[in-house]
Amino acid sequence: MNEIDLSVNVGPLKLKNPIMLASGTVGYGNEISEFIDLSKVGAIITKSISLKPRKGNPPQRITETPSGMLNAIGLTNVGVEEFIKTKIPFLEKLNSTLICNIAASSIEEYVECVEILNSQESIKGFEINVSCPNVREGGLIFGNDINNVGKITEKVRAKTSKPLIIKLSPNTSNIFEFAKVVKKEGGDAVSAINTLVGTSFNIYTRKPKIKNITGGLSGPAIKPVALAKVLEISRNVDIPIIGIGGIMDWKDAIEFMIVGASAVQLGTVNFINPKAGIEIMDGLINYCKQTSTNKISDLISSRILE
Amino acid sequence: MFIEDFKINSNIKIAENTFVIGVESNQKVDDLKPGQFFNIQVSENYFPLLRRPFSISDVQENKIFFMYKIVGEGTQILSKKKVGEKINLLGPLGNSFNLQDNFENLILIGGGIGIAPFPFMIKQICDKNLKVLYGVKSKNEAHNFGLKNVIYSSEDGKIGIKGNVIDLLDEELKNLEFEKTKIFACGPNAMFRALQKYLSDKNILCEVSMESAMACGFGICQGCPTEHKNSDSYKLICKDGPIFNIRDIVI
Repeated sequence: MNEIDLSVNVGPLKLKNPIMLASGTVGYGNEISEFIDLSKVGAIITKSISLKPRKGNPPQRITETPSGMLNAIGLTNVGVEEFIKTKIPFLEKLNSTLICNIAASSIEEYVECVEILNSQESIKGFEINVSCPNVREGGLIFGNDINNVGKITEKVRAKTSKPLIIKLSPNTSNIFEFAKVVKKEGGDAVSAINTLVGTSFNIYTRKPKIKNITGGLSGPAIKPVALAKVLEISRNVDIPIIGIGGIMDWKDAIEFMIVGASAVQLGTVNFINPKAGIEIMDGLINYCKQTSTNKISDLISSRILE
Repeated sequence: MFIEDFKINSNIKIAENTFVIGVESNQKVDDLKPGQFFNIQVSENYFPLLRRPFSISDVQENKIFFMYKIVGEGTQILSKKKVGEKINLLGPLGNSFNLQDNFENLILIGGGIGIAPFPFMIKQICDKNLKVLYGVKSKNEAHNFGLKNVIYSSEDGKIGIKGNVIDLLDEELKNLEFEKTKIFACGPNAMFRALQKYLSDKNILCEVSMESAMACGFGICQGCPTEHKNSDSYKLICKDGPIFNIRDIVI
């Protein structure tokens, strides 16, 4: 049999394989690169970068839940200036497709961040985070306003010709409407989904387990929700989707692609098994061999609903 | 750092709800330092989901030992592991206790399962005048696995003095020169707060090993921050720690 073709296109973004490592789960690449050759995965997405540095939320920031974890990190990052100065040089050397995730508290700030970073050759695309559940400004409430999401897409689009991905929130009743707006305003793809809002309380102290009270739920617990959101978008909008949510192994990745994802992002699994990206890729190759699939892109939206 | 399956070759109960698990690799495990920890995957089916951090309690050639107390479902699963089963280790993680300072007297303070990293350290400091101050809730919890010169305190007074480790420390320091003494402590934050207050007017070196909920253990999840007096940003317990100078931390 010929070599399996793992390459996929996410709009104009060409990836050597569909495995991307999600924002907030690879840091700036340096720590996780001790475990995994980042040049082998399809792309890595930096933790959210904002215009100014952010200290993030006070501890306790995370807690474990059944088959999941809640986090309220609060977009801790070094800010765009420091990112260019101290993080980009290392990321450039990784020879990996680098997508920069941007967080902001106003439309102007998103635009300014992208404008500053656009000249960085090593950045191959932008993922705009309009859906962080853990910050007061620029987070979920902001990203749940469909007009805001439309305006952000439109204004950022005007500043970059690089692939533009909008990371959508699942904490909304009609996610496909948001995807429609992204497409209308010139976005190239959507990432679905960001974390779900959740909380957890200690029954003895009667206090919340994380300081922020609520946090973003991730991990296998959210996979069925994420799949349903990807399916919803895929059935209603003709836009490439990057599937995210509780992917732990190659079977999960295949499931997302069949349902409608052109590529997938691994998040929480990177904390538990930082080599997961490579292991999942090996699993995809074996699956393709078993099912006589020469091109993995043939799996995208290959679902059978009746 | 590595991620590797280790074979379990012992899992022994040493006190009430307290165990020591020994794991073995095919390769020699060296360069491990007292105070460092591993993130252990207690379940292969991701339930519970996250790895659990455990201090290194001892190292013998290709074997690593971890002392743990059953506190939740992760440690409950660990306690039922049988010899011959495999378990996945990620590490070694974190910084280590600084044993290079010029001191003659060493006081190790362990609060409950916070005693865990000390057997490994004790083996490496044989030339020091050593005391281990070990605070436990009850007699059933107390043990002397890998410890030397232990003085106990307990809440009910059924072992050692009735009181806490600060009472023990106060007594111990009466006979020691502060500039020749160093304290290493590991235990709950409440103990660190009391220790920090007690030491605030004393010129004595003290390092503490902090605990935190964490997902990754090596800096990517940013889940284990702690305030640091000399920094505007948070320090990460997993990567910048877990060992900090007690004067630098905000508890």
